[in-house]
Amino acid sequence: MKRTVTIIRTGPQALVQDLGRPGHAHLGVPPSGALDAHSLTLANRLVGNEEGAAGLELLLGGAEITTDVSCTVAVTGPQVQVWIDDRLADSHQPLHLPKASTLRIGTPDTGLRTYLAISGGVDVPAELGSRSTDLLSGIGPDPLRDNDVLPLGRPNVPTGADVVPPVRALQTLVIPIRLGPRDDWFEDAESQLRQGSWTVSDRSNRVGARLNGTKLNRRDGEIPSEGMITGAVQVPPDGQPVVFLNDHPTTGGYPVIGVVDRDHLRFLGQARPGTSVRFRPIS
Amino acid sequence: MLLRRCGTDALLVEVDSLAEVAAVRAALQDLDGVEELVPAARTVLVKGALAQVRDVLATVDLTHVPETRSREVTIPVTYDGPDLDLVAETANVSPEEVVRLHADATYEVAFCGFAPGFGYLTGLPPSLQQPRLDSPRTKVPAGSVGIAGEFTAAYPRSTPGGWRLIGRTDITLFDPKAETPALLQPGDRVRFVVA
Repeated sequence: MKRTVTIIRTGPQALVQDLGRPGHAHLGVPPSGALDAHSLTLANRLVGNEEGAAGLELLLGGAEITTDVSCTVAVTGPQVQVWIDDRLADSHQPLHLPKASTLRIGTPDTGLRTYLAISGGVDVPAELGSRSTDLLSGIGPDPLRDNDVLPLGRPNVPTGADVVPPVRALQTLVIPIRLGPRDDWFEDAESQLRQGSWTVSDRSNRVGARLNGTKLNRRDGEIPSEGMITGAVQVPPDGQPVVFLNDHPTTGGYPVIGVVDRDHLRFLGQARPGTSVRFRPIS
Repeated sequence: MLLRRCGTDALLVEVDSLAEVAAVRAALQDLDGVEELVPAARTVLVKGALAQVRDVLATVDLTHVPETRSREVTIPVTYDGPDLDLVAETANVSPEEVVRLHADATYEVAFCGFAPGFGYLTGLPPSLQQPRLDSPRTKVPAGSVGIAGEFTAAYPRSTPGGWRLIGRTDITLFDPKAETPALLQPGDRVRFVVA
């Protein structure tokens, strides 16, 4: 019989995420995958899963789950309170979840996305090699709803790390950015990026981190649609930059002033609206 | 040809025509280590194996598209689109002639984008190369077949869209659960037939 997990409450948004489906951009398919992949892979290691196993990405925590078998779970991302059957437990380390008991995750004080790994991993059918929910194109499982039941894979014996540090959500992000491919659409792109300051908009989502602040002055017009990469900083005519995150469209017609290094995108994935952002251009 | 840097591990190769895009794509498509290869109207985005990519591009002949693996796809169409009369009027021909022109041509998938499985097909007869609608529709039904500029396409799913719609197809253009999810891939040859 298949092991299952029941999502009693999803919290604000609960999605199945793994490391996504890169390599299909030529078909118009976004990469998708966990926005803070670092936290997901740590959670998987804590419960003995392969790093790329599917877990849950929980916007502002708030979820409650139960399983029909005993299993190992781990909650990572920002510091957050968790309870098993109303007894306080620890995040960022493996937890034994007895059969039919309930894991409840609080709301983190900082940061945006909490990750939950369950031994065996969430075993919904893969689409284009991934179980991730892509909110832009609707590939992968639907966003979870209260009382959804998900199948779990076969567990391994947990090994390796036994405790991991929480994500520290910063009030101000300083993000390295490499100029191009369309920095020639901007007069002195480097100075404009270096001297500007922005805050994360509440219209940000898995498609992109929208920034409000200094207007980036650019030429008028559009480019014939061209391929877009995760981390591309697109500048629409209003001059307010958008940093493409994992569910970004594969092509776009606004100039990309620069590209944020992949290693720094997870900090944007954890940045609450209002977080200050500055860019540090590197060549 | 211009190579534009795109972060640490990607390049945007900018060329002058769709034919040159096809040449660049064909030259790079079997290169080991390439993680993404995304042709578009005047560019090819390539991620991974940049040293080898630069080597290949240093000697690529943009005037010649090498023969590459290419599939033949046939799409049955019922030509009863809401803009068929508008297209006929703009081309100064009868609606029947629009159907004949569209179904007689052979197309090639230049690139995909906009939505999963949405292929931009080139090969449209000149009289059918027409502008988008002045005001886009908020909802274009899945399977709609339309034209815009030098391209024709079939909508894999319902989305907003401004293309002039001349027909519809029942064929599945994109199914993420299928072994080959996208019916159309860059380089494929496509024909439309009257359903």
